[in-house]
Amino acid sequence: MTPTTLFEKIWRDHVVRQDEGAPAVLYVDLHLVHEVTSPQAFAGLHARGLRVRRPDRTFATMDHSTPTLPRHLAVVDPQAQAQLRTLEQNCAEFGVPLYSLEAAEQGIVHVIGPELGLTQPGLTVVCGDSHTSTHGAFGALAFGIGTSEVEHVLATQALLQHRPKTMQVRVDGALPRGVRAKDVVLAFIARVGVGGATGHVIEYRGSTIDALGMEERMTICNMSIEAGARAGMIAPDDTTFRWLEGRAHAPRGDAWRAAVERWRALRTDDGATYDATVTLDATALAPMITYGTNPGMGIPVTANVPAPATAPAADRAAIAKALDYMQLAPGAPIAGQRVDVVFIGSCTNSRMSDLRDAASILRGRKVATGVRALVVPGSKAIKRQAEAEGLDAVFREAGAEWREAGCSMCIAMNGDQLRPGEYAVSTSNRNFEGRQGRGGRTMLASPLTAAAAAVAGHVVDPRTMMEKSVA
Amino acid sequence: MSTPEREPFTTLTATYVVLPVDDVDTDQIIPARFLKTTDKQGLGASLFADWRERPDFPLDRPDAAGARVLLAGANFGCGSSREHAPWALVGWGLRAIVALSFADIFRQNALKNGLLPVAVDAALHRQLVEARLADPSARIHVDLPGQTVGLVGGPRVAFDIDPFAKECLVHGVDELGYLLARLPDIERHEHAAH
Repeated sequence: MTPTTLFEKIWRDHVVRQDEGAPAVLYVDLHLVHEVTSPQAFAGLHARGLRVRRPDRTFATMDHSTPTLPRHLAVVDPQAQAQLRTLEQNCAEFGVPLYSLEAAEQGIVHVIGPELGLTQPGLTVVCGDSHTSTHGAFGALAFGIGTSEVEHVLATQALLQHRPKTMQVRVDGALPRGVRAKDVVLAFIARVGVGGATGHVIEYRGSTIDALGMEERMTICNMSIEAGARAGMIAPDDTTFRWLEGRAHAPRGDAWRAAVERWRALRTDDGATYDATVTLDATALAPMITYGTNPGMGIPVTANVPAPATAPAADRAAIAKALDYMQLAPGAPIAGQRVDVVFIGSCTNSRMSDLRDAASILRGRKVATGVRALVVPGSKAIKRQAEAEGLDAVFREAGAEWREAGCSMCIAMNGDQLRPGEYAVSTSNRNFEGRQGRGGRTMLASPLTAAAAAVAGHVVDPRTMMEKSVA
Repeated sequence: MSTPEREPFTTLTATYVVLPVDDVDTDQIIPARFLKTTDKQGLGASLFADWRERPDFPLDRPDAAGARVLLAGANFGCGSSREHAPWALVGWGLRAIVALSFADIFRQNALKNGLLPVAVDAALHRQLVEARLADPSARIHVDLPGQTVGLVGGPRVAFDIDPFAKECLVHGVDELGYLLARLPDIERHEHAAH
């Protein structure tokens, strides 16, 4: 038998039909839904008199336009309120399970899918959200879709898809002290650029990836889209199985043992080939931060902002435009850059390991005067766990705000946002112009680097604040 | 592919606007604060909302009136999966985006809304930019059935498009009808696999 990749195995198992001259009809195992990209899809079902074909494979939550202030306060934005109510009505009418604001399981869609055990190896997972790539950390084929496609999946449980190309990203070696999954993926995107993986599904492999926990793997797969990739995935292994076992929707007993057996066979065969390969040496990495207006504009926190004059000709215009927006001096060290806001959260970095990292820096320290620091857990379950560990107290005593679960300032739809001209270090995934609020200037980094910036009041190498014993 | 759901796309001859920037992301095309709507309509006014505050933004110049094509750089539409991006572009009056390349999700979303993404090579791109600079009334011609694009009065250059998406656009139908007709196959797959 021809050796095949993880992607190819899942693709093959889900092609319902492939007609000449047409895209494949691809079966969808799990469809996640949120309030922002679904109303027009449900309206489309109404217009055609269609039902949700498999409500048992569909799960909805509220995360984007939801407030992160205490939940007894009403949603004040009438438009957001109407959008949330529309999701409630649609879910009730079409029989779709909904984790609403009041539910104990509520959280960011890409955080709660794995947390509830809905996300499993070998599945196809879609959501009207580009960071659906997150779920690929479990060895699922997971990708973002538009609202028309949300309607297609609601109506048929299938999608029309052209088979993407494959890219392996090999990362080998032990991560240096203070270097996290976020730094790995920022370094990867800086290497290939924001369009570098367009048309491809990435499989992350190598000893560095094998050694990562599930939360770190999710951080890496999450940002695959920032390199333009259709999806990112990592082969399931014992780390995956240990994380999944016992979760609400994971199989149990004999069914669990049979599933693990099946999942082990998903690994890429020896000798299988990819359309492209990128290799990274983990031992050479440093904590990363972005200086520009797309996630590919990343540099080590110890480096200087590039100067258009000395940059490759093809990059000059983009760097000049980015530095003009960011108001950063070409050639100056990024360390020392003033910071007004620190945001720790988002589907990229709002899980327990992220909060523990941030707390390790903030414990016994204070957020610098004039800096506003927000810590927003990815889900209510994470919020409960963090509070059980006393992390909320660490954040509050340091002077940071401890908020309710949601997307918050990553997309700035819920009132949590930058003011024009403010500089933020954010653990989220996008530093596009105005992403975190009109005129706001975002620098992307890991939770360690973000927390260190909150304490210093400027960009700083987090290793200068880490305990000697901590890796 | 029977009843058209939208205006079929065959040929288009129109003036165009140049946005000479690479990596235009969907947060620029339509900022997130406009995503709180539950409608597809009315988003044209929010197209490039933050960039349109700048004086002399290409879409706001008098010579942009009536333009039906946007000429952009590489990797147009990168970032989020929001279909509000093509809704806003169509809402403003655009029927085609001509660029050096497109982000994957944006391309798919555009095709589903009667907005034709046309990827061109650097030579034609340069020619189109220069022609518009020299004459704001320069017109572009797109022939979808023939798969050619070029300046009116200039040479026609072939472009690639997925044949299935082309059929849908030319006939003004969407993909859902095709998928619904395959429900028996989908049911068979469910019985076999699950």
